[in-house]
Amino acid sequence: MRTLTYAQAIREAHAQLLAEDPRVFLIGQGVRNPWYAGTSLQDLDKEFGRERIIDSPVSENATTGAAIGAAITGMRPIVFHPRMDFMLLAADPIINQAANWSYLFAGQVSVPVVIRAVINRGGEQGAQHSQAMHALFAHVPGLKVVMPSTPHDAKGLLIAAVRDGNPVLYIDDRWLYELDGEVPDMLYEVPIGAGVLRRTGKDVTVVATSYMADEATKAVETLTERGIDVELIDLRSVKPWDRNLVYSSVGKTGRLVIADAAWMSGGIAAEIAASVVGEIFHALKAPIARVCLPDAPAPTAAVLERAYYVGAEDIVASVEKVLA
Amino acid sequence: MTVQKNRVVSLPNEQMLSFFRGMQRIRRAEERIGELVQSREVRTPCHLSIGQEAIPVGICAALKSTDTVWGGHRSHGHYLAKGGDLNAMMAEVFGKATGCARGRGGSMHLVAPAQGVFGTVPLVAATIPLAVGAGLSAKLQGTGQVAVAFFGDGATDEGHFHESLNLAALYRLPVLFVCENNLYSTHLTLKERRVKDNIGDSATLHGMAGVVLNGNDVTAVYLAAHQAAHRAGTGEGPTLLECRTYRWRGHVGPAADLEVGVDRQCELHEWQRCDPIELCRDLLSAGGVSAARLAEVSAEVSEEIEAAVRFARQSPCPDESELLHHVYASRRGV
Repeated sequence: MRTLTYAQAIREAHAQLLAEDPRVFLIGQGVRNPWYAGTSLQDLDKEFGRERIIDSPVSENATTGAAIGAAITGMRPIVFHPRMDFMLLAADPIINQAANWSYLFAGQVSVPVVIRAVINRGGEQGAQHSQAMHALFAHVPGLKVVMPSTPHDAKGLLIAAVRDGNPVLYIDDRWLYELDGEVPDMLYEVPIGAGVLRRTGKDVTVVATSYMADEATKAVETLTERGIDVELIDLRSVKPWDRNLVYSSVGKTGRLVIADAAWMSGGIAAEIAASVVGEIFHALKAPIARVCLPDAPAPTAAVLERAYYVGAEDIVASVEKVLA
Repeated sequence: MTVQKNRVVSLPNEQMLSFFRGMQRIRRAEERIGELVQSREVRTPCHLSIGQEAIPVGICAALKSTDTVWGGHRSHGHYLAKGGDLNAMMAEVFGKATGCARGRGGSMHLVAPAQGVFGTVPLVAATIPLAVGAGLSAKLQGTGQVAVAFFGDGATDEGHFHESLNLAALYRLPVLFVCENNLYSTHLTLKERRVKDNIGDSATLHGMAGVVLNGNDVTAVYLAAHQAAHRAGTGEGPTLLECRTYRWRGHVGPAADLEVGVDRQCELHEWQRCDPIELCRDLLSAGGVSAARLAEVSAEVSEEIEAAVRFARQSPCPDESELLHHVYASRRGV
């Protein structure tokens, strides 16, 4: 099968959705500009016209609100936030409006909008260009939150998100944009809420999100060499998340390491840990370990950045700890 | 931006009677809701628009049934004027299963999609960008629909308002921004919130058409809305209508807020002399409609309101089993 990069896969999903469904349109800051979107939206405006590919002013609130209003009245918009941090200016339309309206109006109104947010960490950009805030949005009933880690899932989850009929936060990570992988050329969906077993193993379960799933793949190589048999789950969706997959794996291995490159306190890793303890406590043979970011904003200086971000080595260390 | 002088004109009696009835329905419904709040039979927070009825009635009379309206916490009038079912609204206020939101919304969250009332919510200014989105949707689909954002002067203090005006003007979207300037944001007067009394100037600043008008004159509101809707529907872009009016009751509930220290007794009396319903009644009388005919309309409206209260009282409460329904939409569109 042919391979695409993660960014190319996102672009292909957009192009095929735009071609398939006249209700789909794109609005947001920098949708025509590689500075904001990398190659993930390249030349869509040339292919589909600037009526449907709307490069907007820096008005997160109005563009997100407009996407939501358009969704309520029959369109299938994708609103683009090139840096998730800036999306907080749209917290009202996302959390108070998009998430609420189906419930509030007893299902008479629905909000089929995709809110795409890019985590753009690193590069000495610091606290306000780097944040991974998926847990904040996963907290809110009415929203779905997906975080693909491979080109295949980047395409399939975007398609599923646009077709879902609910507000879906689609969160991609700039650190994955150059990652290569096999991508079918047709339109296909990766189901929202379904994790995937990347490797079966018997000693320990590693549950990872987004780019930490890629880091976990590297960690698995090291751990295999050291004779540790890891079962690796790529969560893919953090709201809803695949409880059955996690429970059945931990039920087998009895040990759990959760890798999520966001703040530890109140995060997705905490939610998974609490659920596992609450549901299958007796299966656990060791304390659960979390590999997360320290509870601090992102620094800029390269030396501090290196200390701040987590990766394969941290996963290796945590796995060895829970097996000790 | 144009500022309209007070120039009361009359339209054919038939139309004026329809305005009269529409305004009476809103007033009587809200007076009745006020009584029900006072007697504690209704517990959900109710924000009454008594004194402001000419605006929803005048605006909605200029709209097509497929046009959409978006409102806020004080939206009984918008819902009724656009054709929302009175019984369903009353039942919603009572928290009943027959309510327009099946008891999930109360007074502050009204909906009637078939009539183009997609939603009214109390987060101040929140539906302004949503209306812009409805305008964008109409433009992209070429439906000719117009979207109306109703909001108060308090909402113009929010960033939502300015971002939305800019976006709608920039993309020439078919949107009417209807500011019901009742001079108060809860307890704060306009001059406690702005250096200048110049909300209408926002139209000029954002490069769109704008008009400041007497919001208690239903004919003036209707004519301005008619013109703005025509412009919107023919691709000429949005309009900001600043409708000057006054809310007779307090921010929330039936009292006038005098009891919570808002010093507005004289002002209130002054504005009550410009009652939009009485103004309409005078025009109808001058046009030869008899007092008996007007009394008949009022009686019919009162009857309809009482029937709605009976309907609401007799309706069942929502079932607890519904608690977690509709957190997510079940339908898939593709």
